[in-house]
Amino acid sequence: MVKYRRWCGVALAVVAAIGVAGCGGGDSARTDGDTTTVTVMTHDSWSAPDALIAGFEASTGYKLRFQSSGDAGEVTNKVVLTKDAPVADVVYGIDNTFATRAVDAGVLSAYVPGDLPASAAGFALEGDGADRLTPIDYGDVCVNIDDAWFADHGIAPPRSLDDLTKPAYRGLFVTPGAPTSSPGMAFLVATVGAFGESGWQDYWRALMRNGTKITSGWSDAYGVDFTAGEGNGTRPIVLSYASSPPFTIPKGGSRPTTSALLNTCFRQVEYAGVLEGSDNVAGAHAFIDFLVSREFQASLPENMYVFPVDDAVALPRLWERFAKVAPSPITVAPSTIAARRDEWLKAWADITSG
Amino acid sequence: MALVPLLFLAVFFVWPVLTMIGRGLIVDGALDLSGFGEVFASARIRRVIWLTVAQAVVATGVSTALGLPLAFVAYRLRFPGRAVLRALAVMPFVMPTVVVGIAFRTLLAPGGALGGLGLDGTWTAIIAALVFFNISVVVRTVGVAWEGLDPRAGEVAASLGASPWQVLRTVTLPALAPAIVSAASVVFLFCATAFGVVLTMGGLRYGTIETEIYLQTVQFLDLRAAAVLSILQMVVVVSMLWVVSRTRGQDTGQRRGHRSGAAARPGAGHAAALVVTAAVVAFICAPILSLVTRSLRNQGGWTLEHYRNLSGSGEHNALLVTVWEAAANSLRIALVATILATALGLLVAITVGRPDRTARARRLRSAFDAAFMLPLGVSAVTVGFGFLITLNRPPLDLRTSPWLVPIAQATVALPLVVRTLVPVLRSIDDRLRQSAAVLGAGRARTFLTVDVPVLWRPLLAAAGFAMAVSLGEFGATSFLARDDNPTLPVVIYRLIGRPGTENAGMAMAGGVVLATMTVVLMGLVERLRVRGVGGF
Amino acid sequence: MRGLEVRDLQVRFGSTAAVEHVDLRVPEHVVTVILGPSGCGKSTLLRAIAGLEPIAGGSVRFDDVDQSGTPVHRRGFGLMFQDAQLFEHMDVAENVAYGLRRHGWPADRRTPRVAELLELVGLAGFGPRRPGTLSGGERQRVALARALAPEPRLLLLDEPLSALDLALRVRLAGELREILTATGTTTVFVTHDHEEAFTVADHVAVMRGGAIVQHGTPREVWAAPRDVDTARFLGYASVLGGTTARVLTDAFPALGRSDAVALRRDSLRADGGPLGATVARVAPGLAEQRLAVTLSDGAEVPAVAPNTPPLDVGDAVGLSLVPGTAALIGGASA
Repeated sequence: MVKYRRWCGVALAVVAAIGVAGCGGGDSARTDGDTTTVTVMTHDSWSAPDALIAGFEASTGYKLRFQSSGDAGEVTNKVVLTKDAPVADVVYGIDNTFATRAVDAGVLSAYVPGDLPASAAGFALEGDGADRLTPIDYGDVCVNIDDAWFADHGIAPPRSLDDLTKPAYRGLFVTPGAPTSSPGMAFLVATVGAFGESGWQDYWRALMRNGTKITSGWSDAYGVDFTAGEGNGTRPIVLSYASSPPFTIPKGGSRPTTSALLNTCFRQVEYAGVLEGSDNVAGAHAFIDFLVSREFQASLPENMYVFPVDDAVALPRLWERFAKVAPSPITVAPSTIAARRDEWLKAWADITSG
Repeated sequence: MALVPLLFLAVFFVWPVLTMIGRGLIVDGALDLSGFGEVFASARIRRVIWLTVAQAVVATGVSTALGLPLAFVAYRLRFPGRAVLRALAVMPFVMPTVVVGIAFRTLLAPGGALGGLGLDGTWTAIIAALVFFNISVVVRTVGVAWEGLDPRAGEVAASLGASPWQVLRTVTLPALAPAIVSAASVVFLFCATAFGVVLTMGGLRYGTIETEIYLQTVQFLDLRAAAVLSILQMVVVVSMLWVVSRTRGQDTGQRRGHRSGAAARPGAGHAAALVVTAAVVAFICAPILSLVTRSLRNQGGWTLEHYRNLSGSGEHNALLVTVWEAAANSLRIALVATILATALGLLVAITVGRPDRTARARRLRSAFDAAFMLPLGVSAVTVGFGFLITLNRPPLDLRTSPWLVPIAQATVALPLVVRTLVPVLRSIDDRLRQSAAVLGAGRARTFLTVDVPVLWRPLLAAAGFAMAVSLGEFGATSFLARDDNPTLPVVIYRLIGRPGTENAGMAMAGGVVLATMTVVLMGLVERLRVRGVGGF
Repeated sequence: MRGLEVRDLQVRFGSTAAVEHVDLRVPEHVVTVILGPSGCGKSTLLRAIAGLEPIAGGSVRFDDVDQSGTPVHRRGFGLMFQDAQLFEHMDVAENVAYGLRRHGWPADRRTPRVAELLELVGLAGFGPRRPGTLSGGERQRVALARALAPEPRLLLLDEPLSALDLALRVRLAGELREILTATGTTTVFVTHDHEEAFTVADHVAVMRGGAIVQHGTPREVWAAPRDVDTARFLGYASVLGGTTARVLTDAFPALGRSDAVALRRDSLRADGGPLGATVARVAPGLAEQRLAVTLSDGAEVPAVAPNTPPLDVGDAVGLSLVPGTAALIGGASA
């Protein structure tokens, strides 16, 4: 009885909540039908020059609104969860490790931009996804090494994934964890691609035996543990991006002190898509057209550190010289990733926390 | 009057959380509880549960043990620099976890100043970071109670033959017990639901229920497992609050003294407390110093460049706004959140702050108190995703509303406001109100003439505290779909996640700016604060 | 000497002196009351004796042993405050037994001792009660029992009755006196209430401005207040000087001669005595009429008159002096 009374306040709140839910839930269709605003759901790496956004708004008459939070996984899950009442008109930032989840959930409507660059075709999803998600950019997640450190220590730098398990490189590698970081996840997929379903677990066991350090995010792997990062790191091998080396050009110098191992890369492709149930389909289409336009594609390297899918777009000078893309990145089919990722992650967690 | 805050809690907390849990447990219109069996059958989940409880208990214990001597020194001794010590002790609580995490790791990583301790990535490091954040809760809550405690009970005990240690053990600590329990329960809630700290310091090896909910929701989209874990978390939290509300109910209320001002000068008898305080201050300062150092260094030299860069939007436009704009956003959002939290908190406090005439009223009051503590103990992931799937249709379509973030922050600050105001209102002699009523004052007039004069300072203090909390708030904010007005912590997080020395340096400088804003605010609160009032 | 001896004691708060060069002797088994207005330093003096305030000079000695190096808990001095300061988390019996535990009394001796003390203070059977359920008077009794339990060498009472209402204060003062005498406890009792002081004290020390201005037995002190302020503080309603003092000493030669005479409200009675005066105001009272009368030199002094016959303003009356109620400032008494 006492317990009952104690919680009657909470119970009252619950009743009130249900009441409100009842009122609001009756007609789930959006009735405002706002066709002047385009709401974009994206991850928190979103960045674009103000002038480009203003240009889009001026030429189309649409007003853009961005809702940016989390990473590719969070974005994907949010659009899947809000299927019945989408929170945006268009989504940008779903990557190839999550693409199939979004496509399978049926939250996207078909759209292929009319002037999709020819080179984009190489990044298109297969099957259902082909017309649901438009590739916008890609980036290679690769093992980076601090060349300066290896030169100073007179050690030959590693050259491959296999090298990372060798005693010479014991305790020198740091990578963000797969469940908490999207580059971490990409690296896990890379190892699956490189060693196969049967071999990747042994590879990770070997990595762990060789003193590999796992951090929660890219920022502390690179910023705290990596020797060429901001902190006083002690590990000269880090999982990062193919686009990272240009950031390590010392002041007054002309060459980066680090490099990416291009045979260790997994290619992350980012897509955009129109959300099913959007009340501004035309606006959403216009925005996707904008994302594949020359101007926006050209802004990608400087703003989001990724490569444009349009290979006709010129890269910044430093990128031309130092940010190489992997000639043949390790690949795993998005559908395989979608089907297997949970099991991989669970197995990975068991291996790395043991 | 109490209905307004109750409705607020229902709409912006209970409803989203229940809906999120419902998504996981209701399959094709029928309740499916099989998830419980499956989740509990997993050895990993059992380990996670065990780690969560162990971590929260140990961190709470250490925070309390270290916080008590600090509370004594900061609130019972009189020495120059005491105000600084008090502000310093509160600062960690409102620091953004990302920044502190990086600062801690910079210290503890093998190449860091404390790398020799070999603590990087260990459970000890997680506990240390949790203690860092939460010790301020203990210092403030217990310190304020201690300050208000009449020293004469202890003097009587000494005259009866009790040594200083015996006085502490048999008289002072029992008298402080309600404050200690209250502080410890808040710390427990924070530790049991810690997320960013745990991930940054220890990764997933030491996963907790909270990080597990995050994984299940954000990575696996396994809403059933997430729902089970959310319920589990709530069971832990609610049983905790229940135990606490019972303890608080037995509050015998050592009377507040008229002579409580007798703060002593530090002497030889305080050596133990002073040593612990010095150690704790060093412990609090170390990561902050490491942060300040990093904000002032670039390419091996000292520079103010990172601070100058704050007026830009980062290397390669890493941010969409300048850091100063983000700081302005933070202040604006914090202001709205503060007004919301203070107004609602005042309503709650007025309702529960009146003397209880009946046992029923007392029970209602503790239920109320517990209900408003709940948001501190429930997963930010669940609340954030719950917001997304509930507040997205008319009449409450807040998806893109600029209100969403302040509302989420107000939910977090509300319990702290309530806990600050209730003791003040309860300390007002009800006969004053009755005299006012006899003299012909209406309810509103009585409130204005009796309650407001006593209340305005603590109210301002509570508002300042709420503002500091919402300035530093990151958890709830980060899970909301937010508009283009990023707050300072969000911007810092973004900067840290970007390549480039300039961005990392700016993140550190931004962290220093945030910490400074907080310290200044807490300094003002300290000046406004009424003696003996204002803990949680 | 046996008992407390305070020599040239000084206590400072920053640059202000709270207690200045105080000498005080409290022989064994004697109850000494320190009487003074609030802020005179009497509580500070008490706290310094207890060891709760650091002393800036002088010494506190007990049984000829300097106490300055002895911490509070080893002095064996009991302490009791205006508000009882009961330990709210313990019941009454545990409160009383607290000092016994600290002094290592075994449990089987503690129980009867607690019962004995509760009996002594009139609270037999109150052992299991929580402090929160007690009235103000009961709380003070518990505090007294607790302070007396470990048989302190010296009992220090800081305004122990001031928080109580008048009737209770008067009754408890009497009881306190009996208890202290019965137990033979050496006591320093601080108060601002002169009636309380008179009731309880063997010895009175009047304190003002951080110094002891007068001391002696209550009778001595009341008969000859040292100065005008002291007289007023001791409860004298008016102090008359100059010609008025002469008028009085002339009319009542038994008073002796002095420049200043202190009168209580009821020192002069309008019952046909030798001193002629005129009624200036009348106020009816329960037992007697209270008057203000004008003397021959024009001064107005208080007086009382029997209820019959009723007096009116302007009536001529003859005043007599009630023996033992008037005092000569700085002189001998009547």
